Amino acid sequence: MKKLCLDIVLGSLLVSGFTALVLLIAGAPVLAAFQNIWLGAFASTSKFSQVLSVWVPLTLCSCGLLYTFRANLWNIGIEGQVIMGAIGAMTALRIPGIESPVLILTLAFLASMIGGGAWGLLIGILKTRGGVHEIFGGLGLNFVAQAFILWLIFGPWKRPGIASMSGTELLAHKLWLTTPPGWRVATIGLLIAAAALILTWLLLEKSMLGLKLKAIGKNPKAALLYDISPESYYLTSIIIAGSCAGLAGCLQVTAVYHRLIPSISSGYGYVALLLVMLAGYRVILIPFLALFFAGLNVGAIQLPIVLQLDSALSGVIQGCCVLSALFILGIRQKRRQS
Amino acid sequence: MKKSLSGIALALFVAFALLISPIQSKASDEFIFGLLMVGPANDHGWNQAHFEAGKEIEKHIPGSKMIYIDKVNPADRPGITVPFLVDDLVSKGAKLIIGNSDDMKDGIREAAMLNPDIKFIHISGDDALSPESPANLSNLMGKMEYGQMMAGFAAAMTTKTGKIGYLGPLINDETKRLAAACFLGARYAWTTVLKKDPATLSFKVSWIGFWFNIPGVTADPTQVAKNFFDSGFDVLISGIDTTEALIVADQKKKEGAAVTAIPYDFQGACDPAPDACLGVPYFNWFPGYSHFINSAKNNTWKKEWLWLGPEWTDMNNNMTSSIAFQNGKALADGVAEQLAVFTKGLGDGSISLFSGPLNFQDKSVFLKKGETATDKQIWNLPQLLEGMVGASK
Repeated sequence: MKKLCLDIVLGSLLVSGFTALVLLIAGAPVLAAFQNIWLGAFASTSKFSQVLSVWVPLTLCSCGLLYTFRANLWNIGIEGQVIMGAIGAMTALRIPGIESPVLILTLAFLASMIGGGAWGLLIGILKTRGGVHEIFGGLGLNFVAQAFILWLIFGPWKRPGIASMSGTELLAHKLWLTTPPGWRVATIGLLIAAAALILTWLLLEKSMLGLKLKAIGKNPKAALLYDISPESYYLTSIIIAGSCAGLAGCLQVTAVYHRLIPSISSGYGYVALLLVMLAGYRVILIPFLALFFAGLNVGAIQLPIVLQLDSALSGVIQGCCVLSALFILGIRQKRRQS
Repeated sequence: MKKSLSGIALALFVAFALLISPIQSKASDEFIFGLLMVGPANDHGWNQAHFEAGKEIEKHIPGSKMIYIDKVNPADRPGITVPFLVDDLVSKGAKLIIGNSDDMKDGIREAAMLNPDIKFIHISGDDALSPESPANLSNLMGKMEYGQMMAGFAAAMTTKTGKIGYLGPLINDETKRLAAACFLGARYAWTTVLKKDPATLSFKVSWIGFWFNIPGVTADPTQVAKNFFDSGFDVLISGIDTTEALIVADQKKKEGAAVTAIPYDFQGACDPAPDACLGVPYFNWFPGYSHFINSAKNNTWKKEWLWLGPEWTDMNNNMTSSIAFQNGKALADGVAEQLAVFTKGLGDGSISLFSGPLNFQDKSVFLKKGETATDKQIWNLPQLLEGMVGASK
């Protein structure tokens, strides 16, 4: 615990130092930039609820990644799984003849989990049957998913008379997930993310599944001696990861954009990869770090509005965070070895 | 160790406390308006034209102050929506919000309904024509058809190969009518001024998919422009918000090719490559902005759909003319003179290009002989015209 505190303090100092340096190079007033990012994310209920609307998909993707990282799988394909989840949800939402919004939204959530899960399964099959490393399989399938969504938006699902990256026709208002008055985050999204966190903690820390995934992650050959099949657990973990990512895609469609757009994943899959690494693959840190990243994403909008700076600087800050975390993890590992 | 940890923790606490103390905002009676731009504010195109109009407003309307955010699109600002940005601008005191892209239509409409006390101007939409639309939402657009007719005229008078390319953004009613206007200007120059056979004029439209390049999402406008020039097109007219057509033309010109281009949107769009530039049809948003901001400021606001044209007596007067054409360095003197005559004809009504007989691209009749299109017919042009090559949907 003491070591963890020390790591957090050291990490915060490193992040602040790196970020201040970047801001100084960009010619920005450092304290004002930090202050504006903070206020832009947390100064009002509306802003905080916007942060939460980013926190939800980030948390879901991160939860999914914990399963695959536990099995020592690098699920870079998480981005494609978010996209395929969104496509799955949109497919269900376009089914004609269903009047009940509850029924059609339930179908959309199920379809998104199937879409994301199946896309993950494909990466798993490529790895276990074809010997394709999950990084290459995942990256390849990300491109396929991106091309597929573009084809749908510019082709069969385009708005009448318009084919553009503004996306498909807006969903009927009854299909928008409801938000508390004055808030920008869907209640159901918050509940799903919270449930995913609890379930992930239970499954990874308190169940046989978590133990077996850990065994495979540490040493797949040794796991075989205990009759644990690495292949089937690889597939299980990546299906769960894909389903979580698919849910994130569904929420992007039904709660944030209310339509399908080409960049529906918002890059959350890739951000979640950094986030999980930063958390040291610990579920307990995920909600806090997701809040930090979401706050950074939303708060950074103040940089161009107030300080006329490019908000891409928030990406640089995120990069600094991950570098700092990797640096600390590296030091810790070295200390352990010596 | 404990001591140093406590020191670090104290330092972090102080930094945190500084961060959470709110920024003091000055109380003032200024009129703040917010501008949401779909692309970068310095794009030498559509967004810069809006940005500079906002700056002009600050100079000419006492007490007015602009706050803005650029690159408002899901690719550049993942997870950030128009209603959220509107909330933020409103929290900073904005009383009027301008959304400068057709793509913000859904977001602006939603924000207008959520903020009935704030006035909204949506550029290029037509919500205000609908009685059900919110009373605080108006639309503004310039009659760029005239500017594009001039561009088409200059292109046809310049081309040696008879092949004119049009680098189009995405396909919608607005872009179809602008491409068609360009074609009509070119056809007029080709057949009426140069007395050439219309069949020998080639006018091809290629759509990239959006108003500017988004790697991996749109077709790359630089590549599309290169393809045009490599396949014999010697004049390329841009309908997108950025200057790739002009930049590629300049590169080709430096390699020895006799090619030129016409950029779009912004008065200074020729500046990056003046030697290859025939001129630019441009928007001047000052008159429209000024109208709406004054009416919001003076509490005389009413829901309006404004489609403003050029000030024919002094087209390049930025105080009064919403649409104009700026001649470029590559425009031959003789062509500039003929363009002036053509412009005068458009202004006095002696030249009316959206007049019959005109057919659509699928050969169906758009206007019979003697018919002139109404504003509504032009605004909602359903497809390209006969004689144009390119997709209509």
